[in-house]
Amino acid sequence: MTLPLLDFAFAPYRLSGVVYGCLLNHRPALAALGEAVNAAPYKAAPKAPVLYVKPRNTLAGDGATVCVPADATELELGAALGLVIGRTACRVSEAQALSHVAGCTIVADISVPHASFYRPSVRLKARDGFCPIGPRVAPIAQPDAVAVRVWVDGALVHETTTGDRLRGAARLLADVSAFMTLAPGDVLMLGVSAGAPRVRAGQRAEIEMAGIGRLHMQFAAEEPRA
Amino acid sequence: MKTARVAFAGAIHTATPHAQGLQLADGRVLAEDQVVWLPPFELGTIIALGLNYADHVKELAKELTVTAKDEPLVFLKGPGSVVGHRGVTRRPQDAQFMHYECELAVIIGRTARRVKAADALAHVAGYTVCNDYAVRDYLENWYRPNLRVKNRDGGTVLGPWFVPAADVPDPHDLKLRTLVNGELKQQGHTGNMVNDIPALIEYLSEFMTLQAGDVILTGTPEGVVNVNAGDEVVCEIDGIGRLVNTLVADAPTGDTA
Repeated sequence: MTLPLLDFAFAPYRLSGVVYGCLLNHRPALAALGEAVNAAPYKAAPKAPVLYVKPRNTLAGDGATVCVPADATELELGAALGLVIGRTACRVSEAQALSHVAGCTIVADISVPHASFYRPSVRLKARDGFCPIGPRVAPIAQPDAVAVRVWVDGALVHETTTGDRLRGAARLLADVSAFMTLAPGDVLMLGVSAGAPRVRAGQRAEIEMAGIGRLHMQFAAEEPRA
Repeated sequence: MKTARVAFAGAIHTATPHAQGLQLADGRVLAEDQVVWLPPFELGTIIALGLNYADHVKELAKELTVTAKDEPLVFLKGPGSVVGHRGVTRRPQDAQFMHYECELAVIIGRTARRVKAADALAHVAGYTVCNDYAVRDYLENWYRPNLRVKNRDGGTVLGPWFVPAADVPDPHDLKLRTLVNGELKQQGHTGNMVNDIPALIEYLSEFMTLQAGDVILTGTPEGVVNVNAGDEVVCEIDGIGRLVNTLVADAPTGDTA
């Protein structure tokens, strides 16, 4: 499959187009749910990583315009570090996990805001263009200590790091690859931080990650029905 | 004409059905067990339906927190989970309840964006059979059905044939069934889908552009039971194909360090 906007040059392969997200991996994000994790419908805190797929229709490159659907006033702009697989990762140990990572990129994990994590509709996360990625893949020695900043219309609205995760990059890759093999060019997100900013149509945003660069995007109202 | 993708003698071939098994494009006739069967088309996004047969909803009613929903229950899967006809699938050793799901797989052939149900079937290239395994032991109430249940390596069996839409006069008039070690365990009819194929394409294409190679796994009817290592699981849809899979014990792979 061809993804011209995502055709970064990095060894040994281009991106495959397979992108997995990981929810509630940031400790404060899970803590924010409080006792609700033990109540219905969840009944217990998550044991395995809470994963989801960002399908190929969501993928976009640096500078993309993201459409805000007519029935949503705002979108949530999650800033996630993407671990780009460089070598097939199947049942890797935590100690070996990072040797399977070619580098890291910036993933804008965009959602229509929703309060329930029980069985959210894919329509909230899998809309066209809801996953800009870029601007490049860079080698990152410590993926669990990357400074993250998000600007909306030039104003700094969110400042966080990729640290304080339930599962750091190596542990996450070990636990995920225990049951699903990741191939070169696949991307596994480390999970967004609590307090992800909201954006509206007409705004522009940038996500910066230290050592990788800045991913730019703007938001526009969805085109009206024909 | 039905087609398959198979590996044989160091190359990947297109094959068609033959009385003795299959025939490669170059004319060679082979038995079914002489080749390695690959998924019969190049896969894009894998879209799967939960609870899309009324009888299966009833079967699972005890563990459901919802009984009726207006919105189809859709989840997505990754390509790493896919194996072809006559493949083997690992069964976790600690699992108590791993079950098959025989499903009609609908393969998109033409880009579909905001397509109305009345026009939807024009975007379908063809059909195949899917066995969409689940390991229910790992079910958690976060982003159900979670990937550890539904997106395991080898857990999505597809094939054997790509059947062009023109060869399937009515995709909602097909009988489907699953046999475990030759014993009939699951039966259904594609006419009993809660959301039929045109409705699913209209629903999905409203928010996600469907592209050629994307596949919709349309859900399974009632009759799912546990299967064990060593079992042969055959999912069959009349006119579409007979998809064979064997379960193997999931032995530890040893120290990779």
